[in-house]
Amino acid sequence: MEQNIIKVENLSKSFEIASKKPGLKGTIKHFFRRETQNINVIKDISFEIKRGEIIGFLGANGAGKTTILKMLCGLIYPSAGKLSVSGYLPYKRKVNFLKNITLIMGQKQQLIWDLPPIESFYLNAAIYDIDKFEAKRRIKRLSEMLEIDKELYIPVRKLSLGQRMKAELLAALIHKPNILFLDEPTLGLDINAQRNLRKFLQIYNKETEATICLTSHYMKDITYLCRRVICVHEGSITYDGSLDKLLKKLSPVNDILIICRSDKDANQLSNSGLMIKNRNKKEITLTIKKNAITSTLKEILNKFDIEDLYISETPVDEIIGEILINKKV
Amino acid sequence: MKLKKYIKIYTLFLYTSLSSELEYKTNLIIDFVTAILSLIGSIFLLTIFFQNTDNIGGWNFQQALIIQGIYTILNGITNTWFNPNLTEIVKHIREGTLDFVLLKPVDSQFFISLKKIAPSGFLEIILGFALLFYCIRINQININLAFLFLCLTTVICSILILYSLWFLISTTTIWFVKTWNATEVLRSFLYIGRFPLNSFSFSLKIFFSIFIPIAFITSIPSGVFLGLAKLWEIILEIIVCGIFLIASRRFWLFALKYYTSASS
Repeated sequence: MEQNIIKVENLSKSFEIASKKPGLKGTIKHFFRRETQNINVIKDISFEIKRGEIIGFLGANGAGKTTILKMLCGLIYPSAGKLSVSGYLPYKRKVNFLKNITLIMGQKQQLIWDLPPIESFYLNAAIYDIDKFEAKRRIKRLSEMLEIDKELYIPVRKLSLGQRMKAELLAALIHKPNILFLDEPTLGLDINAQRNLRKFLQIYNKETEATICLTSHYMKDITYLCRRVICVHEGSITYDGSLDKLLKKLSPVNDILIICRSDKDANQLSNSGLMIKNRNKKEITLTIKKNAITSTLKEILNKFDIEDLYISETPVDEIIGEILINKKV
Repeated sequence: MKLKKYIKIYTLFLYTSLSSELEYKTNLIIDFVTAILSLIGSIFLLTIFFQNTDNIGGWNFQQALIIQGIYTILNGITNTWFNPNLTEIVKHIREGTLDFVLLKPVDSQFFISLKKIAPSGFLEIILGFALLFYCIRINQININLAFLFLCLTTVICSILILYSLWFLISTTTIWFVKTWNATEVLRSFLYIGRFPLNSFSFSLKIFFSIFIPIAFITSIPSGVFLGLAKLWEIILEIIVCGIFLIASRRFWLFALKYYTSASS
């Protein structure tokens, strides 16, 4: 359980990208003589992932999360650094390595569009050397877990996005991979479909001890599944550690709504020197440091006549949003 | 074991793409009608060429029909396998779905070259063979084992040269992203291959033998049918086929190092 299955050391990746100036002049110039620039997409990153861990990669669009996943699964060659996944050099794409991993992309699909998903499953089973009997057993088990047993015989083009994503998952998991790379798997799904997918991934991780590397812009995916997150900003890692610690670090305060019994109490509380976020007659919202909540509340309850109070956490989306725009965590 | 696995996968490729095509019945019927009309049109064109002369580039009408027969078979193979698969490479690379192919424990060139088939091309292959058998009769060609072996060898080499050329061009998509036009140019050259090579000027003959080896694709197999091909030409065809196959394979493996995958 403690063994590192993914090791990344000083990994970098740069791409040559053509840039074009606007207007007809720019277009003609671009056609005859392309100006290219070398962009460092990933800059000297290092991390390790243990077997069975679920890791969330956080970052804004273009931060480099997908590039990291693509290097880990062997799709693109790194420009510099060391990389080992399950003991293999991913970009060599050895058969045994490929049988160990899977990549699921929320915005791309591998199922045959005009046929029912079951046909794609059997094709994948043949590709991964799984005999028909075993494939049938796995399809049955996974389709029950994913609750798509009825949709197996309906052409993919007739399925809803949620059903299609589940079928994509099944196609990607038929060979029982040890490492799952998921690039925004819940993209475009409704709330229920997102929740079902998250639940499935959690159960799959528990049952198979598979390692899961996940990128998502839906924070619920991250908070539900990942205990550890890696924050990526402009190709560099800005944070690597527990999600709880990150949230405490980024959101050291809580908002507390206090409803006073009288205007007099409300006025006194407003002038007590505490940080007031806003006030609506007898309702006052205070911002209090997390480590001082107990003592401050005790003091307020002793001094003032309070009708009710509510403690609210800052939404995770807001906190994570900060990470996406700020370089330092 | 590996061969058995690949045969099993290919059988599934055949089955799934046939099933996909059969989902759209009307489209399939239109494709079949197009194939028949295209052959009739081509023969009609040849009759127009031969209306005022008995001989073009040393070939008479009956002999020129052999080239037409081979062209029809090659066109059928192009429409059955090359067109649905090799034009898809461009799409795979542009849209980044090549990712799924590269992550499968199966040869990527095999996968992208043979995943799909278009059944309408089968009809062209059958029509092409029918025309060839007709030509064998009207040209009074004696069939023996050696003749069949040479015909089969040169036709297979033609198919492989055409495949390699097409695959080489499609592979450049990894750098140039869009190369649909280049493969269309190749199809146009194949169209030229319906006419005897000797009917072209010297410079064009050189061009079609060296740069775009159309000569190897239709003229040499036709020469074999008529007993006109020389041994060195057949050997050269086999060598050219080998060179093109190896080159396309090496180039594909080399190009994959530069694959950057489409952004998500």
